[in-house]
Amino acid sequence: MADLVWLIPAFPLLGFVLILLFGRRLGDPKAGYLASAMVLGSFVVAVGAYFDLVGRPEGERAEITTLFSWVPVSALQVDMAFLADPLSIGMCLFVTGIAFLIHLFAIGYMHGDPKFSKFFLYLNLFVLSMVVLVLGENLLVTFLGWEGVGTCSYLLISFWHDRESAATAGKKAFVTNRVGDWGFMLAMFLGFSAVGSVSYSALNGAAVAGTLAETTATGIAVLLFVGAVGKSAQLPLYFWLPDAMEGPTPVSALIHAATMVTAGVFLLTRVNPVIAVSADWVPTLIAWVGLATALFAATVALAQNDIKKVLAYSTVSQLGFMFLAIGSGAYVAAIFHMITHAAFKALLFLGSGSVIHGMHDEQDMRKMGRLRAFMPVTAGTFIIGWLAIAGVPPFSGFWSKDEILLFTLAKSPVMYVIALFTAILTAFYMTRQVIMVFFGEATWESHAEEHGAHGEFKPHESSPIMLFPLVVLAALAAVLGIIQLPSLSWMPDVLRYRLEDWLHPLVEFGEANITDTTAYANKGLLAILATACALAGIVLAVLVYQRKKIKAVEPQILADGWYYDRTITSFMGGPGRAAFDATAAFDAKVVDGAVNGTGTLVRAAGGQVRKGQTGFIRGYAAIVGLGVVLMLAWFVLGRGVL
Amino acid sequence: MQTITTDNWLLTVGTFLPLVGVLVLIFIPKGEEQLIKTLGIVTAGATLAVGIFTMFRFDFGQAEKLQFFVDVTWIEVIRSNYTIGLDGISLPLYLLSMVITFLVMIYTWDNMPDAGNPKAFYILMLLLQVGMAGTFIAQDLILFFVFFELVLLPMYFMIGVWGGEDRRYASLKFFLYTMFGSALMLVAFLALFFQTGAESFGFAQLIEAGAGIDRNVQIWIFAGMFIGFAVKVPMFPFHTWLPDAHTQAPTQGSVILAAILLKLGTYGFVRIAIPMLPEGAKAWAPVIAILAVIGIIYGALCCLAQTDMKRLIAFSSVAHMGFVMLGIATLTEFGINAALFGMIAHGWITGMLFFVAGAVKHRYHTLEIKRLSGLLTQVPRLGWILGLCAMASLGLPGLAGFWGEFPVILSAYNPGFGLSEPLFRTLMVIAALGTVLAAAYLLWLYQRTAFGEPTEEFAGRTTHAVGAAVAPDHADDHHDAHHDEELRDVTVTEWIAWTPLLIAIVVFGVYPQLMFRVFDPAVTELVARLGESLNP
Repeated sequence: MADLVWLIPAFPLLGFVLILLFGRRLGDPKAGYLASAMVLGSFVVAVGAYFDLVGRPEGERAEITTLFSWVPVSALQVDMAFLADPLSIGMCLFVTGIAFLIHLFAIGYMHGDPKFSKFFLYLNLFVLSMVVLVLGENLLVTFLGWEGVGTCSYLLISFWHDRESAATAGKKAFVTNRVGDWGFMLAMFLGFSAVGSVSYSALNGAAVAGTLAETTATGIAVLLFVGAVGKSAQLPLYFWLPDAMEGPTPVSALIHAATMVTAGVFLLTRVNPVIAVSADWVPTLIAWVGLATALFAATVALAQNDIKKVLAYSTVSQLGFMFLAIGSGAYVAAIFHMITHAAFKALLFLGSGSVIHGMHDEQDMRKMGRLRAFMPVTAGTFIIGWLAIAGVPPFSGFWSKDEILLFTLAKSPVMYVIALFTAILTAFYMTRQVIMVFFGEATWESHAEEHGAHGEFKPHESSPIMLFPLVVLAALAAVLGIIQLPSLSWMPDVLRYRLEDWLHPLVEFGEANITDTTAYANKGLLAILATACALAGIVLAVLVYQRKKIKAVEPQILADGWYYDRTITSFMGGPGRAAFDATAAFDAKVVDGAVNGTGTLVRAAGGQVRKGQTGFIRGYAAIVGLGVVLMLAWFVLGRGVL
Repeated sequence: MQTITTDNWLLTVGTFLPLVGVLVLIFIPKGEEQLIKTLGIVTAGATLAVGIFTMFRFDFGQAEKLQFFVDVTWIEVIRSNYTIGLDGISLPLYLLSMVITFLVMIYTWDNMPDAGNPKAFYILMLLLQVGMAGTFIAQDLILFFVFFELVLLPMYFMIGVWGGEDRRYASLKFFLYTMFGSALMLVAFLALFFQTGAESFGFAQLIEAGAGIDRNVQIWIFAGMFIGFAVKVPMFPFHTWLPDAHTQAPTQGSVILAAILLKLGTYGFVRIAIPMLPEGAKAWAPVIAILAVIGIIYGALCCLAQTDMKRLIAFSSVAHMGFVMLGIATLTEFGINAALFGMIAHGWITGMLFFVAGAVKHRYHTLEIKRLSGLLTQVPRLGWILGLCAMASLGLPGLAGFWGEFPVILSAYNPGFGLSEPLFRTLMVIAALGTVLAAAYLLWLYQRTAFGEPTEEFAGRTTHAVGAAVAPDHADDHHDAHHDEELRDVTVTEWIAWTPLLIAIVVFGVYPQLMFRVFDPAVTELVARLGESLNP
C-alpha cells in the first residue's frame, strides 16, 4: 500500500477542490463532514501504508512514488515525488489522525459562522500542504508544502480579517516565516551545488558516504536550522506564534500546536546525517537555541491571563525541548515528544476552545474559574492533558520529556539543570491555568453582563461532536508513551523502544550513543528526579493559586514577554519605516530628480540654441559653409583623403 | 543557427493580421462603438488563433532552431532584410503578446477609459500588437529596431490621451526616456554592424561575426545596448519613468506595459546583446547583476513606502525584473531559463494585478491605499483574486511567480564563464532577502485593502442587489457623485478577461516544465554558443 501514498495528499486535494466548487451549496455542516471524511481517507491510507512497511524487512522500508518530472532545467532535475518511509508515514499517521479529530471538533466550533465552508476549504488545503511537506522526496517538494502550510496558516490566522489584530497577526506570521524560508532556500542552493540534486537520498547519501565536505554540511545544517527556527517559532523568530492565536481555536490546535510548527523538527530529523557530519558547534547551537527558547517561553507563560496565550507560549517552550533533543542527538526523542505533544497540546487547545465556546467567547482566565462543575467532560480531558504536559507518570508527556532530559544530561549537565528547571516551570504554569479555569472561585458571575446574559449567564458544556475528539485525544495523551518506553529493568522487552525500532535506520543516533555515560547508568534515578520536579511545580502552583498560601508573583515584564515583541514592533515602525520612506524620497528626489533635471537642462539649452534660429537664410548658409569647410579640413588633414 | 522554413507564412500573417483590422476600423464611423469593439476583439481573436495554430505547427523537438524562417530582401541599400523566425525563446513571448492583447480588448468591452473614443483606442491596441509580435519574430537588427520603436508611439498616445491627471508629464517622460535609450541602442547597432563588417543586419551573421570584435570595442558597444534595453526593462537607476507611466496609464496601458513592453528589454539582452557580444556581456555581467540586485531590494523598499496601489505594483515590477536580470547576468542555462520563465510569469501576474487595480479604481474611484479597506467584505471575489495574485507575486511555490525567482537565485550560486563567485554568491544571499521584503509589501497591501472593514467613506455602498436600499441615506452627506452607485463584484467581462491568466498562474505554477521544456533547448544552444566564443 506504500505505493498508493499519493492518495494521502489526493484526498484533501479532492476535498479542497470540491469545497472550492460547491462549498457554498454544501454549507454548514455538510462542508465540514466532507472535509473530515477526506482527512479520514488520508488517515486510512496512512495506516495501510504503515502496515505495509511494517511487514517488510528493515532495509526495504522506503518507497519512492514519482508523479511527474517537475523541473527539468539543464542541471536541475527535480521530480514531483513522494517518499514513503517510516519517518514520513509516522508523521502522516499523526498529522492526519489528529487533523481528523480537529476537523470534527471544528464542525461544532465553527457552527454558525458565515464563512463555515471557507474554513474547511483552508483546513483541507492545510492538510494537503502538510502531508506534501512530510512526504516530499526532495527538499523542493518539502518546500512546496512548507510554503503551503505557511499560506494556510496566514489565511487561517487572518480568518476573521475584519478584526485588525487578526489581519496584522496573519501578516506577521507569514513575513516572519519568510525570514526562515530565506535560510531554507539558501540551504537548498548549497545542497544542490554540493551534490547536484535536492533529493534527500542524494544529500543524506553524500553525508553518510563522507563526500559532503564539513563546511558545506555545516552551511546546510545551519541554514536549514534558520528555516526551522522560523517555522517552529524558536528564538529569535518566535514572536509570531503568540499572535497567531488570533485564529479560530481549532486552527491553533492543528497548525500552531500539533503539526505545522513541528515541521522544523521534522526537517532537521530528515537531514540528520548532514547534521552529523557538520561542525560540532552546530548541534550545540541547536540545543542552546532550543533550551533558551524553552526557558524563555516558560517564564512568559507564567504571567499570561489569556487562556490561549498560555498554551501558545507553552507550545513555543515545548518546541524548544524538541530542538534541545535534536541538538543532543536524540532524534527519536524529538519525534517522540513531537507526537505526544501533538496529542496533549491539541487536546489542551481544543479544551480551551470548548471553554471559550462555553463561556461565550471569553478568553480571559481571570473571568473563569470552577468550570469543572459546568463542563465536566472538558474539565476531565483537560486535566489529563495537563498531567501529560506537566510530566506526571504514566501520562505520555512524562516518557518523552524524560528521554530528552536523559540525553541532555549526557550532553551537558548545565543544560540538564536548566531543562529541569524549565520542566518545573511547565508544571507550575499549567497547574496555574487548570486552577484558574476549572477550580478556584467562579469569577465569571461578576462579568456575566458583559456577555449580555443579564444574570442568566451560565457556562455550558459543548456538543458531542466537540467532546468526542477531546475524549479520543485524552486517551491518546494518557497512553501514547507506550510507543517508546525506556529500557528500565522492570519493563517487558516487547514494549521497549518501539518508535526507535520503527525509525531505524533512518535515524541512526539512538540510545546506543550514550550507553556508556553516567547519565545512562542512572536513568531510573533521573526518571524519579523528573517526576519529583513535576510534582514540585504542581504543588507550588496549588499553594499559590488554590490555597493562596504564597502570594502570586506575576511581574509585568513577564506578561509583556520581556518586551521582545514590542521592541521589534517599534523598530519596524520606527527606523524600519524611516528606511522605506527615505528610500522612496531618495528615489523621487535624487534618481528621478536627475532625470527631470536633465530634462530641464535640455530645455534650457534648447532655449539658448533656439536663439540661433533667426530665420535668415544667410545665417544658416554661413553655418553650413563653415561646417563644410571644417569637414573638408578634417578629411584632408586628419585622414589624408586627398 | 539552423532554420526550418515550413509554414513560413504563419509569422507574417500572425504579426500583420491586426493591420487588416486597423484598415477596416478606419472606415467605421466613430459612433458605432459596439461594432468597433466587436471588430477589434474579432481581429485580436483571429490573430491569437493564428498564434495558437503556429504553436501547434511548432516543432517542439527542435525548439533550438529558428522555425517558420523567412529571409527576403527588404531595404537593399542599407542591407537590411526581412528576416523572421521563431524559436523556443521567442515563441512563448510571441504568444503572450497575443493573449494579453486579446484579453485586454475583451476587458475594454465595458471598461472603456473615461476619455472615450473606442475607435482610436482599439486601433492603437492593434498597432501595439503588431509592434510587440514583430519585435519577438524579428531576426534582423533594423527590423527589430523598427518594431521596437513602433511600440512606442501607440503607448505614448494611450497614456497621453486616456491616462490620469498627470498623463502629459508621464507620457512625455516615457517617450523621451525610451527614445533616449533607443538612440544609444541604434548607435550601438550601427557600430556593431560596421565593426563586424557583416553582409547584413541579420542576427545569425552578427552572432557569427560579433565574437570576433576586439574585447574593448565589444564593451563599448554593449554599453550602448545596455542603456537602451535597461531603460525598457527598467533596471535601477533607469526606472523612474515606470511608476509615473503606470500610475497615469489607463488599466489597459498598464497591463500591456507590464506584461509585454518591459519584456522587450530583457528579450533584447537575451536575443541580441549577449549572443552578439559575448566578451562585452561577460564584462558587463557583474554590473548588470549588481544593478539587478539593487533593483530587487530598492524596488521592494520603495514599495513599502507607497500610498498608491498602482504605484506600489509598478515598483514591484522593478523588483521582479531585477530577478529576471540577475538570472540573465549569470550567463548560465539555468539562470536564463529561469529569467525567461520569470518574464512570462511576471506578465501574467503583474498584468493581473494591474487589472485588479483597474477594477478597484473603477469601483472606488481611488487607488489610495489608506482610503481602501475591506474589499473582501464588499467585493469578495475581487478580493480573492487580488489575494491569489499577491501570493503569486511574492513567489509562492505552486504558483507561477516562484519559478521566475527561485531558480534565478539558485543560478547565482554558480555563475557561468568564470564570473566572480564571491560576488554572485553575495548577490544571491541579498536577492533571496528580496523574497522576504516581497512578502512584506504585498501582504501589507493586501491587509490594507482587502482585510478590515470598509472605510467610512465607502461603508454605505454595498454589493449590488442590496445596494439601492442603503445608499440614499448617505447620498446627502457626501458630494461624491459616485457615492450611491452600487458596487459590483467581478463582472462577466472581467471573468472572461481574467480567467485565462488565473488558470495559467496556477497551471504553470504546479507544472512548470510545460514552459521550461520550450525554452531549454534554445537556451542551451545560446549558452553553448557563448561558451564557444568565451572558452575557445
